[in-house]
Amino acid sequence: MDMEFSPEDLAFQKEVREFIAENYPAELRDKQDEGEEMSKEDFLAWHKILYKKGWIAPAWPVEYGGTGWTPTQRFIWSEETARADCIRLMPFGLAMVGPVIYTFGTPEQKAHFLPRILSGEDWWCQGYSEPGSGSDLASLRTAAVKDGDDYIVNGQKTWTTLAQHADWGFFLVRTDKEAKQQEGISFLLIDMKSPGITVRPIITLGGEHEVNEVWLEDVRVPQSQRVYEENKGWTCAKFLLAHERTGIAGVAASKRGIEKVKAIARTELDGDEPLIANAFFKRKLAELEIDLTALEFTELRSLAGPNAGRGPGPESSLLKIKGSEIQQRLTELTLEAVGHYGAPYFRGFGESDNEHPIGPDYAHRAAPTYFNMRKTTIYGGSNEIQRNIIAKMVLGL
Amino acid sequence: MDFTYTETQDMIRDTLSRFLADTYDFETRQKFIASDSGRDPAIWTALAQELGMLGAAFAEEHGGLGGGALENAIVMEELGKVLGIEPYLPTVVIAGGALKAVGGAQADAMIPEIIAGNAIVSFAYAEPQGRYDLANLKTAAKKDGAGYVLSGHKSVVYAAPWASHLLVTARTGGGQRDRDGVSLFLIDAKLPGIVRRDYPTVDGSRASEIYFENVAIPGDALLGAEGAGLPLVERIVDEATVAVCAEATGVMQKLHEGTLEYTQQRKQFGVPIAKFQVLQHRMVDMFMEVEQARSMTIMGTLKLDLPANERMAAVSACKAKVARGANFVGQNAIQTHGGIGITQELAIGHYFKRATMIEGQFGSADHHLGRYERIVLAD
Repeated sequence: MDMEFSPEDLAFQKEVREFIAENYPAELRDKQDEGEEMSKEDFLAWHKILYKKGWIAPAWPVEYGGTGWTPTQRFIWSEETARADCIRLMPFGLAMVGPVIYTFGTPEQKAHFLPRILSGEDWWCQGYSEPGSGSDLASLRTAAVKDGDDYIVNGQKTWTTLAQHADWGFFLVRTDKEAKQQEGISFLLIDMKSPGITVRPIITLGGEHEVNEVWLEDVRVPQSQRVYEENKGWTCAKFLLAHERTGIAGVAASKRGIEKVKAIARTELDGDEPLIANAFFKRKLAELEIDLTALEFTELRSLAGPNAGRGPGPESSLLKIKGSEIQQRLTELTLEAVGHYGAPYFRGFGESDNEHPIGPDYAHRAAPTYFNMRKTTIYGGSNEIQRNIIAKMVLGL
Repeated sequence: MDFTYTETQDMIRDTLSRFLADTYDFETRQKFIASDSGRDPAIWTALAQELGMLGAAFAEEHGGLGGGALENAIVMEELGKVLGIEPYLPTVVIAGGALKAVGGAQADAMIPEIIAGNAIVSFAYAEPQGRYDLANLKTAAKKDGAGYVLSGHKSVVYAAPWASHLLVTARTGGGQRDRDGVSLFLIDAKLPGIVRRDYPTVDGSRASEIYFENVAIPGDALLGAEGAGLPLVERIVDEATVAVCAEATGVMQKLHEGTLEYTQQRKQFGVPIAKFQVLQHRMVDMFMEVEQARSMTIMGTLKLDLPANERMAAVSACKAKVARGANFVGQNAIQTHGGIGITQELAIGHYFKRATMIEGQFGSADHHLGRYERIVLAD
């Protein structure tokens, strides 16, 4: 065993660091520093730079446009992008539907969709959850009925993240009502501009428009846009969820988050001393950092261990549970650190965009982020469901 | 021993609860907190004039019902249940508490105005550098003839956009963190030189940054003795602390009730999710936190009149326990509701937001654990 970076890894780290320093857009950095909301164009700006460089899909096989990086190089990559506060890449195409298409798709589907995902030409959204199903995903009711070469799709999806920007969506739909729950489901790729699709915003506690309801009314979808066999969509769904869970461990971002909390706690005063000298606060910070280290090494083991390359298995549930809990504790500690300035609502009524928000810069988004991040133990299969998965699949209970 | 309420106290609770049920349903609240002013002034007027509620905690000689901290707790708990943003805490509990402690001409003049609903007082005590230290003040009041000149910056002053008066802590002497040299002033909110920047708060209220730019204030604005005001400030902040704990009890009760209700109607895997043992245990734990918050609030309220150290230890024990409980109940209410819990649409998330702000209001759990240890566990 060896946890040191090799000379090649160190050279790679240097290359990545320099590339980010030279190519990360300054106007994006300014907007982030001001705490401004990011537009679709902002998200795509960094995507396109990485696409040009050939670094947009480190996790993909080389034949489909991946980088061929080793697990260690991928680890370095996520560390460096988090360290530099790079804007997150939308996971829907790159981390979710892309791997499903190159694993289960037809040659035509691969040829058409994969290059467009890499280039950022298509913005994807995910049509999994429904009102009344959620973590009991297999109870979904959106139905697709055959009509000649097409399906006619009817139903309602919810929690559809950033669907307001989407060109395409990947949907789980019921194609056999008689079959056992998991067996009558198919995986469809649907053009979001199809007649019959309505996207309605859901505003969350921090005031953000991040998620939506998607209504499908007699939406016509060619059968050629079904991935994998009819009624076998659950296979794609499980594959995708396991991938999603690894991504949301968020180790590199949480490490960066801890650095930010420390900076706040060094600035905020508690009596004569900075907050970071407060024994209680320090204890919580230390515990969080230690727990994050434990998560990091667990993730490294799963990336570089004997099962590496076989795809994420049920142990990804562990990464999801611990990763999401740590993300939440981090936002909680940040809110605690900012004290009174957690209370002002960061989007004042009737204030012009030019006016500076209330309190220190690091305080503006502390409360909305804390509220927003309660989602992490709920989405991607709630943490209760993840514990069920471990109990059943790992412990054999 | 007796933990029952008097007939009058029961009547106060019932009257208020009925009134709020009629006037303060969640949709109505959401409408007025989104309006320009952020409130419905008719509610405050009704609380004063129709219900006589603003007089519950004041002496009969001032036109009140003769109550005190327990009556405040009753009102705050009911406000908590409806997420009330009415400025009862700064006006009645804090300013009223200060005036009762000081007595004399100032109390005689001001308390009837509060009871009648004519005066709204906002409490400007926190400063950007001070965190929860009440003595850490840069705001200064300099003697100027018979009066003072006030300068400084107060942060996150809840209800200030609505206030007719401000209760302000300022330094009349001593160094920035000295216990001596702190004074308390009750001033007109419209005096020249008071600059406000108003904004909404995440829990649905309104607040301001207040900048005092050489504000001339009269000598009789001083409450209590000059430079010896810290014990008075500590006393009223302790009253305010148990009052927000009472509010938290109402908020937590609604979070718990809402969760019970939701889990009984929401089905997954073919059964109501309330049938899952893991959720049952969680709701039992939430229930225990709500009950303990109620117990601690009563304990803290009943000990407000003890000597300072005993009072402070009791209040800190109360706040530490309630803050942890509010965190647990709030987070678990959201988790149990799933995605719908983090939307603006459902009331549960708004209760969670208020619970979260109460956690830190007048000191976090850690702050109060620290104060408790210094008093009770000192060598």
